[in-house]
Amino acid sequence: MENLIVTQAIVIFLLPLAAFVIQIFLGRRLPRQGDWLPTSVMFVGLILAVLILGRVLANYDPAFKITRTFEWMKIGPLVIRFGILIDNLTAAMLFVVTLISALVHLYSIGYMHGDVRYSRYFAYLALFSFSMLGLVLVDNFFAIYIFWELVGVCSYLLIGHWFEKKSASDAAVKAFITTRIGDLGMFAGILIIFATLGTFGFEEVFSSVAAGKLSGGLLTLTGILVFFGAIGKSAQFPLHVWLPDAMEGPTPVSALIHAATMVAAGVYLVGRTYLLYSADALLFIAMIGTITAFIAATIAIAQVDIKKVLAYSTVSQLGYMIAALGVGGYTAGLFHLMTHAYFKALLFLGSGSVIHAMHHAYHQLNDHHSDPQDMRNMGGLRSKLPVTFVTMLAATCAISGVPLFSGFFTKDAILGAALEKAATSHDLAHWLIAIVLFVSAGITAFYMFRLIYMTFFGQPARREILHHATESPSVMTVPLIVLGVFSVIGGYGSWFKDLVVKPELANYAAVALAPEALHETGHEAAHTAHTMAMWLSILIAGTGILLSTAFYYWKKFSADAVAQRYKPIYNFLWKKWYFDDLYAATVLAGTHLFSRISGWFDLKVIDGLVDGAARVTVFGSWLSGEHDNRIIDGLVNLTARIVGWFGGTLREVQTGRVQSYILMALGAVVLLYILQLAFA
Amino acid sequence: MTFFDVMFYVLAAMILLSAAIMVFAKNLIYNAVGLLFAFFGVAGLYVMLGADFLAATQLLIYVGGILVLLLFGVMLSQRITGLEMRTGTLQMLPAVIVCAGVVAILLRMIWMSPWQKTEVGEPAATTRTIGTLFMTDYLIPFEIVSVLLLAALVGAAFIGRRDAR
Amino acid sequence: MTPVGLTHFLVLSAILFALGLLAVITKRNAVTVLMGVELIINAANINFIAFARYLDKDLDGQMFGVFVIVAAAASAAVALAIVLNIYQRMRSVNLDEADSLAG
Repeated sequence: MENLIVTQAIVIFLLPLAAFVIQIFLGRRLPRQGDWLPTSVMFVGLILAVLILGRVLANYDPAFKITRTFEWMKIGPLVIRFGILIDNLTAAMLFVVTLISALVHLYSIGYMHGDVRYSRYFAYLALFSFSMLGLVLVDNFFAIYIFWELVGVCSYLLIGHWFEKKSASDAAVKAFITTRIGDLGMFAGILIIFATLGTFGFEEVFSSVAAGKLSGGLLTLTGILVFFGAIGKSAQFPLHVWLPDAMEGPTPVSALIHAATMVAAGVYLVGRTYLLYSADALLFIAMIGTITAFIAATIAIAQVDIKKVLAYSTVSQLGYMIAALGVGGYTAGLFHLMTHAYFKALLFLGSGSVIHAMHHAYHQLNDHHSDPQDMRNMGGLRSKLPVTFVTMLAATCAISGVPLFSGFFTKDAILGAALEKAATSHDLAHWLIAIVLFVSAGITAFYMFRLIYMTFFGQPARREILHHATESPSVMTVPLIVLGVFSVIGGYGSWFKDLVVKPELANYAAVALAPEALHETGHEAAHTAHTMAMWLSILIAGTGILLSTAFYYWKKFSADAVAQRYKPIYNFLWKKWYFDDLYAATVLAGTHLFSRISGWFDLKVIDGLVDGAARVTVFGSWLSGEHDNRIIDGLVNLTARIVGWFGGTLREVQTGRVQSYILMALGAVVLLYILQLAFA
Repeated sequence: MTFFDVMFYVLAAMILLSAAIMVFAKNLIYNAVGLLFAFFGVAGLYVMLGADFLAATQLLIYVGGILVLLLFGVMLSQRITGLEMRTGTLQMLPAVIVCAGVVAILLRMIWMSPWQKTEVGEPAATTRTIGTLFMTDYLIPFEIVSVLLLAALVGAAFIGRRDAR
Repeated sequence: MTPVGLTHFLVLSAILFALGLLAVITKRNAVTVLMGVELIINAANINFIAFARYLDKDLDGQMFGVFVIVAAAASAAVALAIVLNIYQRMRSVNLDEADSLAG
C-alpha cells in the first residue's frame, strides 16, 4: 500500500510538468490553444490526491509517514540525497493544492478567454502547480529550496503576464526582488545547517537537533534565518510590500498563487521544519506574525481597490497563521492555512467575477476611464450576480469568524492557542500577542463586510451599470460554488486535529524525555483559554460586523466624515503605513545616491584630474615660455603623464570588451590568492 | 633517464613551443599551424599515458575536425589578399603578468597537494573497455552528448546562415 | 632529475592553460581567441588523463576526456558560426570593435 501511495504522489507531481512541457512548446497548435490539457491533468491529480487523503483517513494514524530517498549527487564526502516524504500534513496539502489549482484552471478558461498569451498562461499555471506540489512533497532543505525558487519564478512570470503594462512588469520585478531578500536569509540558514550537521534531510536534521548537535544561539539564529524565507514568500512584515502590488497579475493567479498556495508555502515551511525553532525563535516568529496581522488589517480598512483589500486581508491572515505557529498552535496554524486556502481563493475568484462584470458593463457604456476594480464605483450588484454574491458572502462569513463557518473553527483555534500560551507563560509579550490578534480579528470582520456592502449593496456610481452587468459563465461560477461549499464545511470534523500533531523533539531523541508531566499541568488552563477564546472571538467578530453594518448599510455614520475627522490616521492607513515610501526613501534612494556618487566621482575626480592635468600643462607651458625652465617643464609633463595614465587606466575599466573583463576577473583571483597567503 | 622521460620532454617542448607560436605569432596562418602541432603533441602525451583511444580521437576530431573548422573560419572571415591576415594584440603587459600569476598559483597548488599515488602498471588497450562503458555505465551521458552534438550542428547551421536575422 | 610522474604532466598542463588564457585575453581576432579556448580545453584534458593514469584504477578519467573532446567540438562549431555571423554584420571579427556592451 505504501508503494501505491508513493506512486500516486509521484504521478500527481510529474503530470503538471509533462503538461507544462507540452503546453509551452505545442500549446498554440493544440485545439483550443491547449487549455484543456493542464486543466484535465490537474483534475486527474485532484482525484489521486483524494485517493491518498482517503487512505490517510482510513488509516487514521498520527504517526503515519512514508519516506523514499535516493542518492542524487556524490562529490567526494559530500552526499546529497533527494526524496519524498508523505505524512498526514503532506496528504492534506496535496489535496488543497490540487483542488485549488484544478478549480483555478477551470475558472481561467472563462476569465482569460481571448487573452493574447492564452496558451502560455496555462503553461505557466501548470509549471507553478508542479513546483508547488514538489515543494510539499520533498524531504530535505536542499530540494525545498529548489522548488521554493521555482514557485518564485512562476509567480514572477504570472504577475508579469500582461507585461506591456508598466505597473505589471514593475510589480513582477518587485515581487521577485523582495522575496529574494528573504530567500537569502533562508539560504544562509540552510548553509549553517549543512555546515554544522552535514546533511540536508529533514529527519536527519531533526534527530541531530534532538541529540543536541545544533543548539543554543546558533540554533535560534538558524531558525530565524530559515524563517526569513517564510517572511519573504508569505509576505510578512517587513517584506510584505510586494503582495499588494502582485495584484497586477490576472485575478485567477492572485487566487492560486497569492492567496491559497505559494504565499502559504512560508507557513508550510515553518510547520515542516517546526523542530528547528527554539523558544526564542518561536517568540520572534509569533511577533512578526502578529505585527503583520495587525498592520495589514488596518491598511485594508482604507483601501478602495477590491483586490487590494483582499491582498491586505491575505497578508493579515498569513500573519495569523505564522503567529499561531509561533505561539505553539501548530495544528491551528496549519488548519487555518487549509481553510484560508478555500475561502480566500473563493474571495479572489469572486472578485474576479465582479471585475469581469464591471469591465463588461463599462465596455458596453463605452467608458474606458472608470476603474472596474474600484469599490466606490460598485454597488447593488447583489441581484445581478446572485451566485457570486452568495458564495462571496459565505467566504466573508468564514474569514470573519461567524460561527458554524469553517474559518470560525480555525481562527478560534488560533486565538485559543495564543490565549493559552499567554496564560501559561505569564509573560508580557505573549499577552500582547494575544490581545493584538483579537483586535485584528475584529478589524478583519469590519473590512470584509465593508467590502461586501460596498460591492453588493447600495447604489453604483453610475446607475446604468446595473443594466449591463451580468453573471459570469458557468465555467467560472462552478468553481465558486465548489469553493463555497468547502468554505462552509471545511472546518468540521476532528481529523485534522487528530492526524496533524505537533512534532516533538522527544520522538527523535534516543532517550525519551517524559513530556507527560508538562502536559498535565497545562491542560486545565488550556481548556479555559479555548472556551474563553471562543466567546471572545464571537463577541469581537460580532462587533466588527455590527460596526461595518452601521457604517455601510444603515449609514448611521458617514465613513467619509470619520475619515475627515481623523485625517492623519486615515492618510496613514491610505498610504499603507508609508512602507513603500519608507523603502523608496531608504533602500532605493540609497542605491540611487550610490550611483550618483559614482557618477560624480567619474565626472569630477577623474575628469577633473585629466582636466586639471591639462590646465597644469598649460600653466607649465606658460611658465616655460616665461622662464624657459626645462626642469619645471619636465616635472609638469611627468605629472600630466602620470595623471593621464591614471585617468586612462581607470577609463579602461568600462570598455565593454569581454577580454578586459576576463583579465580583471583573473587579476582579482590572483590578488585574492596572494592576500589569502599573506593573512592566513 | 628512461625512454619514457625523454619522450615526455620532447613532447613537452614541442607542445609548449607550438603553443607559444600560436599565442605570440602575428600571422593567423602561423597561429593555426602552431595549434596543429600543439594538438599533435597532446595526442602523443595521451599515448604515453596509456590512453590510445583518446589519442586517436584527439587526432581525428581536433586535427581533422576542429582545426579545419578554424582554418575555414580564418579563410571566410579575412580578406586573403593584402595584409589583413595579421592579428593584433591588446593589453599584453597586464595579461602576461596576470597569467604568470595564475601559473604561479597553479604550480603552488600542484606542489602543496598530497597526491596519493597508486602503483602504475603497464598500460593496456582501452578501446574495448571504453566501448563497453559507453554502452553500460555511461549510456545516458553518451545519449545526451549525441543530442548535444545534433543541437550544436543545427544551431551552427542556423546561426551561420547568411540571411539569419 | 626525478623520473617523469604525475607532477610533470600537471605542470605542463598548467603552463599550457596559461598560454591559452593569454591568447584569450590578448588576441584581437575572434578566431584566435577560439584557438586559445581550445588550448585551455586541451590543458584540462591532459589533467583528466593524467589523473586517470596515476590516481585511479578505472577509466572514468578517460571517459571524461572523450566527453570533453565532444563538447569542445560542439562549442567550436557554434562559436565559429557566431563569428561568421558577426563578420557578416560588422565586416570585422575584431573583438575590440564588437563592444556594444560598453557602458
